[in-house]
Amino acid sequence: MSVLLPLFTTIPVFSAILMLLVGKFDKKYFPRIWSILTSLSLLFILAAIWGKGTIIHEMGGWKPPFGVVLVKDNLSQLMLLVVNVVTFLTVIYSYSYMRKYEDYLRFFTLFLFMLAGMNGVVLTGDLFNLFVFLEIASIASYALVGYGIDAEELEASFKYLILGALASIFILFGIGMIYSVTGSVNMADVARFIIDNGLADNKAILMATGLFILGFGLKAGLVPFHAWLPDAHSSAPAPISVMLSGVLIKVLGIYSLMRIFYSMIGMTSVVSNILLVMGSISMLVGAFMGFGQDDMKRMFAFSSISQMGYIAVGIGIGTPLAIIGALFHLLNHAVFKSLLFLSSGAIQTSTGTRNLSELGGLRKSMPVTSGASVIGALSIAGVPPFNGFWSKLIIIVAAFSAGYIWLGAILVLTAFLTLAYYLRFQKNVIFGEPTPNMKDVREAPFLMLMPIVIFAVLCLLGGIFNGWLISNIIAPAQSVIMNQMAYISSVLGI
Amino acid sequence: MTLYFLNFVLLIIGLYALVFKRHIVKKILGVAIMEYAVNLFLILLGFRKSGVPPILMKDMDMATFIRTAVDPLPQALVLTSIVIGLGTLALMVAMAIRLYERYGTFDMDEIKRLRG
Repeated sequence: MSVLLPLFTTIPVFSAILMLLVGKFDKKYFPRIWSILTSLSLLFILAAIWGKGTIIHEMGGWKPPFGVVLVKDNLSQLMLLVVNVVTFLTVIYSYSYMRKYEDYLRFFTLFLFMLAGMNGVVLTGDLFNLFVFLEIASIASYALVGYGIDAEELEASFKYLILGALASIFILFGIGMIYSVTGSVNMADVARFIIDNGLADNKAILMATGLFILGFGLKAGLVPFHAWLPDAHSSAPAPISVMLSGVLIKVLGIYSLMRIFYSMIGMTSVVSNILLVMGSISMLVGAFMGFGQDDMKRMFAFSSISQMGYIAVGIGIGTPLAIIGALFHLLNHAVFKSLLFLSSGAIQTSTGTRNLSELGGLRKSMPVTSGASVIGALSIAGVPPFNGFWSKLIIIVAAFSAGYIWLGAILVLTAFLTLAYYLRFQKNVIFGEPTPNMKDVREAPFLMLMPIVIFAVLCLLGGIFNGWLISNIIAPAQSVIMNQMAYISSVLGI
Repeated sequence: MTLYFLNFVLLIIGLYALVFKRHIVKKILGVAIMEYAVNLFLILLGFRKSGVPPILMKDMDMATFIRTAVDPLPQALVLTSIVIGLGTLALMVAMAIRLYERYGTFDMDEIKRLRG
């Protein structure tokens, strides 16, 4: 069974290379169909290892802590589900959407490399290996953001590239710091060393903590490290915006933070306070900036910052209930933000604009996209019975029951602000009278509508079956986060 | 200790170039300098004055090996990190050329059509 784990990274990498070779002969259909098949195969592998508990794969047969290990526990399983489902639906969407860019081959090659990097980050149990996969995913995403090579896209991509490179350097520096103290880069071994020697307030470990918060916070787009995020999200092609907002910032940022602080270094009150402050500032800044935007995708990007704030706050509170809320919100945000970005792409393809002031009355001309994006907007705004309501409710309840009154107030305030600017989006885009240049707008092609509808259905199902989701998928992941000793003993086999 | 301090100074020089210089190429050089500083830091972790390569020869006992050999793991890490750095650097330079084609300048203050 454990031999299936490396496939999550090797299948995308090798199929990308094969695609580059074979794609020379058929540039039009082969890359698109081949990427759909590749991402579908990953879903089958995920189904094969689903619910089998913790699976450890020792690369090359070297025992940890000497060799690289891949670890699939319930937290990785949740992240794999998010990554691979969103990727599969996005690849289907790209089949029609990428028509205007014409070059399918390089797009899907980079896309698959990014997928491989993210799967690797989620699965690895080795700190340096995490850095390598993080760089694979990041470098592919820098290139994909600037894919249209217009002036604005290149500018956004370059900003993202500079800040991303800075983040990677800090992360590597932090890994060096950890290695200098513990003499190991295996996460479980590092954790055991820190616990055995009581190094929680060692100065080098503290510095590594700071560097990791800086580096992964930048990758997660938390305020004050968010400068790259709105530009990159709004300039990228729609499928890439989905991948960035729905998956990349969560896997490279939030998941890595959780893994490193809960499973490796150990959560301290300093770190949790930093996360609480960064999270609450992110929520407010994202929500207020969301109001001022005319560009639909920039608005969604700022709302991503705001929602990432929710997740960071949930992690920072650190009670089991808050972690459940954070993980559930992570899952939900991946679903409804993907839905919203996909709809923005469909709207842009059909109308040629994504400015709120130029759009209007799309409910008649684009009924399916409009209906789905209304569901997405209601979900993210936290309207029952959609999924966003439940996760926000859990985080708010967790904040109040942990005694953070002010934080709870900020959480509630942000929920109302989110509702307000998404109502503005609905009023300007979906409802109201069609503006003159919206008369002969037609619905997007079928392959673009299908993922949108599936995401909309998932929003509704996630809201209705929230109890089942929490007890079967979220709670096992939460128990991995809270139980550091179990992680150490299962990886090291002691 | 002096070596580590000088290493940190190198990192700060790179950070200064990255943050305060307006010219794109100087920013790229800043990133490169920071990368080298971190690589150097990793190498310094395994460095040992008049150390020997970490190969266990037949005429060497375990105690001398542990006392004299340098740590090989950081070197392996740095090799990987240099290759990754090369990839990032190539992408940055390619991006800088494309930016120059579009904007006609290397000045980051004039490249601001997006609001950040």
